[in-house]
Amino acid sequence: MFEDLLQQLGLSAFSLKGFGPLLLQGTWMTIKLSLLALLVSVLIGLLGASAKLSRAAFVRIPAQAYTTLIRGVPDLVLMLLIFYSLQTWLSALTDAMGWEYIEIDPFTAGVITLGFIYGAYFTETFRGAILAVPRGQSEAAVAYGLSRGQRFRYVVFPQMMRVALPGIGNNWMVLLKATALVSIIGLADLVKAAQDAGKSTYQLFYFLVLAALIYLLITSASNLALRWLERRYNVGSREATR
Amino acid sequence: MIELLQEYWRPFLYSDGQHITGLAMTLWLLSASIAVGFTLSIPLSIARVSSARWLRWPVQFYTYLFRGTPLYIQLLICYTGIYSLAAVREQPLLDAFFRDAMNCTLLAFTLNTCAYTTEIFAGAIRSMNHGEVEAAKAYGLSGWKLYAYVIMPSALRRSLPFYSNEVILMLHSTTVAFTATVPDILKVARDANSATFLTFQSFGIAAVIYLVVTFILVGLFRLAERRWLAFLGPVH
Repeated sequence: MFEDLLQQLGLSAFSLKGFGPLLLQGTWMTIKLSLLALLVSVLIGLLGASAKLSRAAFVRIPAQAYTTLIRGVPDLVLMLLIFYSLQTWLSALTDAMGWEYIEIDPFTAGVITLGFIYGAYFTETFRGAILAVPRGQSEAAVAYGLSRGQRFRYVVFPQMMRVALPGIGNNWMVLLKATALVSIIGLADLVKAAQDAGKSTYQLFYFLVLAALIYLLITSASNLALRWLERRYNVGSREATR
Repeated sequence: MIELLQEYWRPFLYSDGQHITGLAMTLWLLSASIAVGFTLSIPLSIARVSSARWLRWPVQFYTYLFRGTPLYIQLLICYTGIYSLAAVREQPLLDAFFRDAMNCTLLAFTLNTCAYTTEIFAGAIRSMNHGEVEAAKAYGLSGWKLYAYVIMPSALRRSLPFYSNEVILMLHSTTVAFTATVPDILKVARDANSATFLTFQSFGIAAVIYLVVTFILVGLFRLAERRWLAFLGPVH
């Protein structure tokens, strides 16, 4: 129907040539990958932040090394390094433990790799945000008899989120744009779909620009969502009026 | 590991015998795109904060496009997309430019870093202290003199911490150059990997080189901040 409409409008140059479903699949892959990687990296980030703020040196120093090393090396290098080595390490592990052979598919490996890399960036964001919550707040929570978990859930977390949100938004944008690189390690994402469609129709320029526009759409939508979240978490804090 | 190093240390650092490769290539990509991007972003950032809409909006649109899409797609468009257009291949000048992978890569990198740098500088200009501008105006400075003597020197200094971030991100972004057949560090690592199957070692060496360059850049920027941002530090 869409194709007919284009035909009638004399815009058949913009036809997707039957590659619409492929592009949609690629877009869905990109979104799925980035959201799952976000989940993994936020979890790693929270763990890493508490490790970096820990008083015990044997958790603090590895966490410190993790963030410094990961943030100092380009994500693509790490992606290739981890992606190609992950299976080897896993096989070595299963061999040594006498377990059954586990094969990880490229998608899982991609999620783990991206999550592991951006976990380092989230660690730094969360560490700064936790430090920005005044000490008195958690001391008061202790005085009220809240447990460790309750203290984090009800007192520290809502307050740190306000400080962490701009950083989270930033990291999310970088992570989203980094997912474009997974086509290099062989995942069928949006970039791969656009390249395939472009090569077989000899309209590479058109399909690549289309992919860029889809990315632009996702980043713009995330921008709006982030602005909404910021307004929500800023409730109850005073800000200079603009 | 030792054989890998013995065989590949030269390509990893500067040359494979015929071409400039590895670290030297990465540094060239970085410095060329950063230098051109920096130069272009100064007038663009002034236009970005201009009160004239016809000046502000095109720049805003440009930074929105280039910051909202991945660099990898921008590179693909420059390298494979534009050259697939018949109209480009028919023009001798454009044909000559876009046939060369190096030109395409540098074009994509420069446009990308320029967009980010423009926003950084525009932010710094916007957060300029009102009193300073008023004082400058009271001294009779206006127009480009106001920018050249008061606003830009201060804005560039204050954006140094964010600018250093951008330079390091750009160093990390140069890794996509190998997809356009530019022989940077990562390309050498991939070649070493496919020749020796020592995956971890090949990419590990590349990672170490990038790490060292990152640390050196961080150190250099720290020195630069000590020199140019001393006035913002605590009073001793």
